[in-house]
Amino acid sequence: MTELPIITFALLIAAVLFILSLRGLSNQESARRGNVFGMVGMAIAIGATLTIPGLSPHPLVIAAIVGGGALGGVLAARVGMTQMPELVALLHSFVGLAAVLVGFSVQLHAGPGGGHAIEHVEVFVDVLIGALTCTGSILAFLKLRGSVSGKPMLLPARHLFNLSMLLGSVAMGYLYVDSGALWPLLVGSAIACVLGVHLVAAIGGADMPVVVSMLNSYSGWTAAAAGFMLKNNLLIVTGALVGSSGAILSYIMCKAMNRSIWNVIFGGFGADPPKAAAGAPAAPQGEVQEIDNAGLATTLLESASVVIVPGYGMAVSRAQHAVRELCELLRAKGKLVRFAIHPVAGRLPGHMNVLMAEANVPYDIVLEMDEINDDLPATDVVIVIGANDIVNPAAEDDPTSPIAGMPVLQVWKSKLVVVNKRSRAAGYAGIDNPLFYKPNTKMLFGDAKGAIEKVVTELRARA
Amino acid sequence: MSTTLIMGLYVFVLGAFVGWQVLSKVPHLLHTPLMSATNAISGISLVGSLVAAGSDHDVMTTVLGSIAVTAATINVVGGFLITDRMLRMFKKRPEIVR
Repeated sequence: MTELPIITFALLIAAVLFILSLRGLSNQESARRGNVFGMVGMAIAIGATLTIPGLSPHPLVIAAIVGGGALGGVLAARVGMTQMPELVALLHSFVGLAAVLVGFSVQLHAGPGGGHAIEHVEVFVDVLIGALTCTGSILAFLKLRGSVSGKPMLLPARHLFNLSMLLGSVAMGYLYVDSGALWPLLVGSAIACVLGVHLVAAIGGADMPVVVSMLNSYSGWTAAAAGFMLKNNLLIVTGALVGSSGAILSYIMCKAMNRSIWNVIFGGFGADPPKAAAGAPAAPQGEVQEIDNAGLATTLLESASVVIVPGYGMAVSRAQHAVRELCELLRAKGKLVRFAIHPVAGRLPGHMNVLMAEANVPYDIVLEMDEINDDLPATDVVIVIGANDIVNPAAEDDPTSPIAGMPVLQVWKSKLVVVNKRSRAAGYAGIDNPLFYKPNTKMLFGDAKGAIEKVVTELRARA
Repeated sequence: MSTTLIMGLYVFVLGAFVGWQVLSKVPHLLHTPLMSATNAISGISLVGSLVAAGSDHDVMTTVLGSIAVTAATINVVGGFLITDRMLRMFKKRPEIVR
């Protein structure tokens, strides 16, 4: 593709804008501006590409832009914040799909046997990463949506299966690079599709934040691979930027769980713990103390400082607005109310922060684990809503626990912990949690939204 | 030929490095918006799709290219708009007072 210098220059500006965009997005004050930089960069890149001489878009392509744009707009306007994880996963799959299709059209354009060996390598890598990202993301989407069980699927010889698929695709790659024929490319991408599904299938629901950020990273590498294939520096640099950003997020998530990325991908964590817990009932069990809505209201009125720990259960029950009302009521009575967010709470990195923001909770009272842990011993009441592993003292006390060593919110150090949980069924949430049996813990059973709303009504009645 | 590849690798490594540097300290608060925005940005493959769909007019290439363009456009438009919607929700304390 011969480009005019002015087009090359425009693409360079777009790349700079993308870097500024990421930089903006790493800080709350400048985040919106960062996003605008991204939009402008994208507009410049597309505009410049459309003016490349000799590129006369087919009417179908124009229709695709208009249609895709409209669909994207509707999607963005309609989606609920609770569904963000699904949406992000779905969007990742589109990047993969686009890369696969572009790879195949490059191959078809060159014809069988056409092109150089290096070009074949580039096409092959692009199609493979694209296919893996696409099917992996689709499965992640279905899992997050609940259409497919979140339980990890662990085949007996899964490592062997992965290895043979890897070797199979290397063999196909060799054949394709050597011959330039279509079929090894097709077989190779089919293998990558299966590999994508299998990798994500083996990962349990609790590890979804890592999976989603990993797929985010892959979508970047995919774009970079397409850039190599099309000899387009803008795609390479942008793909590399996004790829490393996703990699950083995955790293942060893994660190927050005290696990290596290999352990997450190949460990099949998430299924074994419940079985282990069920098999060994010798956990420090005891009597669970209950508290009712009125009791909690009274306790809250008597306390000076409250910390709320939201988890995935709050998102599922869509309780964030009820929680915000509770927060406002207490703050109006002069109490110190703050939120404590664990890095891996929810199904997407930062998901809880978005939900609290959606409910209009100001972000400066929503604190990270490291910011609040030291304050917990001085806190009167901690309310845990739909969270379990992230407040489990076994992570610190029990070296045999599956989550041993994972940094957790030390809620048990506060004066009173109230845990809202949907039901009292033992083992419901997987790993047994000794927190429930601590003397300073009380359980508030019931659906998060209903339970918190009742507490709010109770508080209102006494105002 | 190989100089193009080496130039590409050059750009790739520097790009990855810049990404790592710029984002090494992102507050947890911004993880989701960051993810949806980077997702929109990786829709830059739209540019690749456009080149692929537009460089010749044989039917198969155009059809494949157009599907790719649709997918990438959904990504770009959807990703940026949802990021903006999310970021508009993040507010500081004074606005909670009713």
